[in-house]
Amino acid sequence: MAKPSEIRVSAHQITVRHRVESSIAVVGNPNSGKSTLFNRLTGLRQRIGNYPGVTVERHTGTLKFDGTQTELVDLPGTHSLSAHSLEEQIVVDVILGRMGRLNTLDGILAVLDATNLYQGLFLLQQLVDLEVPLVVALTMTDAATQTGIEIDTEVLSELLGGVTICSVVATTGAGMDKLRLAISELPDTSPPRRISVWPALTAAAEKLKSVTQDMLRLPECERLLVDGITERNQSIASELSGDAVALLKTLRRELFASRPPVAVEAQVRYDWVRESLKTVQHSTPPFYTWRTHVTDFLNQPVAGTVGLFVVMAVVFQAVFAWATPLMEFIDAATATLGARVAALLGDGAFSSLIADGVIAGVGSVIIFLPQILILFLFIIMLEDSGYLARAAYLMDRTMRSVGLSGQSIIPMISSFACAVPGIMATRVIPSRRDRIATIMAAPFMTCSARLPVYALLIAAFVPAERIGFMNLQGLVLLGLYMFGIVMGILTALLMRKTALRGPKPPFALMLPEFRRPNIQTVAIQLLGRVKIFLYRAGTVIFTVAVMVWALAYFPRSEIIRSGAEQQHEIIAATLTGEALASEDQRIDNIAAAAQLEQSWLGRAGKSIEPLFKPLGWDWRVSAAVIAGFPAREVVIAVLGTVYAVGDQADERTLSGRLKASKWPDGRPVFTLPMVIGLLIFYACCLQCAATLAVIRRETNSWRWPVFAWVYMTAIGYVGALLAFQLGSA
Amino acid sequence: MEINGYTLATLKQGQKGVIRSVDASDPQVQRLMVLGLVEGAEIVHAGSAIGGDPIEFRLFGNGISLRQEHARFFEVTPIVAGG
Repeated sequence: MAKPSEIRVSAHQITVRHRVESSIAVVGNPNSGKSTLFNRLTGLRQRIGNYPGVTVERHTGTLKFDGTQTELVDLPGTHSLSAHSLEEQIVVDVILGRMGRLNTLDGILAVLDATNLYQGLFLLQQLVDLEVPLVVALTMTDAATQTGIEIDTEVLSELLGGVTICSVVATTGAGMDKLRLAISELPDTSPPRRISVWPALTAAAEKLKSVTQDMLRLPECERLLVDGITERNQSIASELSGDAVALLKTLRRELFASRPPVAVEAQVRYDWVRESLKTVQHSTPPFYTWRTHVTDFLNQPVAGTVGLFVVMAVVFQAVFAWATPLMEFIDAATATLGARVAALLGDGAFSSLIADGVIAGVGSVIIFLPQILILFLFIIMLEDSGYLARAAYLMDRTMRSVGLSGQSIIPMISSFACAVPGIMATRVIPSRRDRIATIMAAPFMTCSARLPVYALLIAAFVPAERIGFMNLQGLVLLGLYMFGIVMGILTALLMRKTALRGPKPPFALMLPEFRRPNIQTVAIQLLGRVKIFLYRAGTVIFTVAVMVWALAYFPRSEIIRSGAEQQHEIIAATLTGEALASEDQRIDNIAAAAQLEQSWLGRAGKSIEPLFKPLGWDWRVSAAVIAGFPAREVVIAVLGTVYAVGDQADERTLSGRLKASKWPDGRPVFTLPMVIGLLIFYACCLQCAATLAVIRRETNSWRWPVFAWVYMTAIGYVGALLAFQLGSA
Repeated sequence: MEINGYTLATLKQGQKGVIRSVDASDPQVQRLMVLGLVEGAEIVHAGSAIGGDPIEFRLFGNGISLRQEHARFFEVTPIVAGG
C-alpha cells in the first residue's frame, strides 16, 4: 500500500516548477498585526529555529503563490533601527545582512498599522533608506476606518519613495491576493527612492563611505553615525581603518555636538512624520473611541486592578470546572481500554506492559490535555487581545516594590502555562539583573505540568464543598497558584537584595487598544502547544512509563508466585462461587503487592525511603517523585503504573487507589498533612529538565540552573517536612 | 527645566498638552523619544494605575505608559484646561 503513494509524491516533486526560493524579512512595530499577517500568508507552513550564537527564535514560513515559493522571515517587532535590546539587534543584523549565510535578503515586507501611522512611519523612513526592495502592507485598515482615520495611500506611497502599498485586513483576508502578488514579485522590484529625511546625516554618511573604500554601504554608514561604535556592531567597527574611525568621531561631533544621537534622530524623524501625517491622514484621529472607553474603564486604577483579579479567577475556575466532564470521559475510557486489553491478552508480562505500563501510564497524562488546552487558550487570547500589556501596566508599581518592573509580569503570567516560553519571554526585559531575577521567579509559577499533580491530589483529598460561588477544590487550587506567586516574588526580592543588587529597572510600555483575538493566530499557537504536549506524552512520558513498568515488574519472584498458587489450591478445596472469586482476587492482589515490593523499583524506593519518610512518603511515593525529576508530570504516570498493581488495585481510578494506599501497619499513607506537604513540594520543586535547559541557554551559564534547582528542591523538601511534621503533631 | 511648571507628570486626567522640551540626558528618556515623545508631539493624560503611577498617555490615539519619575523629564504646554 505504501509504495504507490511514495512514487506519486516523488513524481509530484519533479513536475512542480519552482524558482530558487527567495527570502523576505517581515518587519514592523510590535502589535502592528505582524504575526496575524504572517500566519495568514504562510498558514501552517512555518518553522521555528534559532539564530546562531543568540537565543532569539527564528520564525520562518513559506508563501506559495502562482508557482513561486517565498521564504518569509518573521522578525521581532521593533520601533527603530537603533537597537536597544537583543531582539532589535537581530532585526538590524538581518536587515543589514550581517547574519552570514543565513541571510541573503531579497526584500522587506514592512507592516504598517493604519491606526498607528505615527510610530509606524518612523520605522518606515529608516527602512526606505536601506536601498532594499520594499513592499508595505497597511494593516488594521478596518479599525482605522472605524475610528475616523482616512489614509491617502497614493500620497503615502509618494512620501515613501514610490513604494508599493497594499491595504489589507488580515482578519478577513481582504486585499491579500494583491499583497501575495507584490511579495512574489518583490525580488525583481527596484528599491524605493531614498527619501533622506535627514540630509545632514546622509551627507556625513557619504563622506564616511568614501573613506571606507565602499566597504560599507550608505545605510550602514548612517547607522554607524547614529549608533557610534558599540558592543553590538564591533564586528564591523573592527574592520574600519584608523582614518575611518577618526573621521567617524569628527562627523559625529559635528552632527550631534553634545546631544545624545538617539534623541536627535528621534526629534528629526518624528518632525518629518508629523508634517507628513498632515497630508496623508485626512482626519486627525479622535482621541476617544468605544475601544478607548473600554480601556478607560479598565484604566480606572481600582476597577482595572479588580478586573485583573477577576480575569485571573475566571481563568482558574474555568480550567478546573470546564475540563472536568472531558477529563472524566478520558479517565473512564482509559480504565475501560486497560481492562479490555488486559482481558484480551490474558496474564503475563506483555499484557502487563500494555495495560499497566503503556495505557495506564500515558493515559494518566493525556487526561490533563483538556485543562492544558483551556489554560493555553486563555493565555494566548489574553496576549493576543492586548490585555497582558495592560496587566504589566497595572502591576508595575507592585512589581517595582519587589525590585522588578511591570514587564516582568508577562513572563510570569506566561509561566502559568509553561516556564519554558515564560523564561524565553524575559527577553523583552532590557536590564540583565532584572531579567535573571525574573527567570529565577518564573519556575515558581504554577505551570500546566504541575496542574495534573494538583488536580489529582485535590480531586482525591479535598471535599467538593461549595463556598460562595467557588467550590473548595477550586479555592485550594487558587491557593496553590497564589503560593507559587508569593514564593516567586519572595525569590525575586531576595535575589534583587543580594546577588542581583542594582539600580531600579526601566519601564516604557506601549498599551495597544483592545482587539478581538484573531481566531487563526490563536488556533495556530494553541495547536503548537498541544503538539508539544502530546509529543512529550508520546515520547518522554511513554519511555519513562515503560521503564518504570519494567522496574516495577522485574524481577519476578518464583517463591511468591508458587506461594500464591498453593493458596489458590487450598481455598479452591474449601470455598465455592462468589466467596471463592473474591478470595482469589485478594490472594492475587497480595501476591502482586509482594512482587512489586521486591521488584527493582520497590528496592530503589525502599532504599531512598528514609530520606522521604520524615515527609510522610512511603517507598511508592518516593520512587514516583524521583522518577519525576526529568519532567514533573511523569509522576502521575509513575503513580498510575505503581498503583495499578498491589493490594489497592481493585479501585478503578488512580485517585481511589491513592486513597486506599496504606503503610504496612494499616495507617493510610495519604493523610491531609502528607498531601499538603506533597502539594507544597510540587509547588516549589524544579522538576523539569526543559526549564533547566532553557535557563542555561538564556543566562548562558550553568551557575543559574544549578542554583535554581538546588534552591527550589531545598525549599520544597523543607516545606513538605514542615507541613507533615506540624500537621501530624 | 520646568519653566512654566508643567511637565507630563503634572498633567491631569483628560488634559491635553504639547511637549515643549525634553531633558534627554537619561538613556531611558531617549528610549521614550524613540517611541514618539518628542518636542511638538500632542499628548493626553488618559489614566493611571493605583497610586497614580504609572501614567497612561494617548499619543496620536495610541496608548503609552510611563512612570512619574520619567514623565518629569518632559516639559509641556497644556492646550486644554483640565481638572
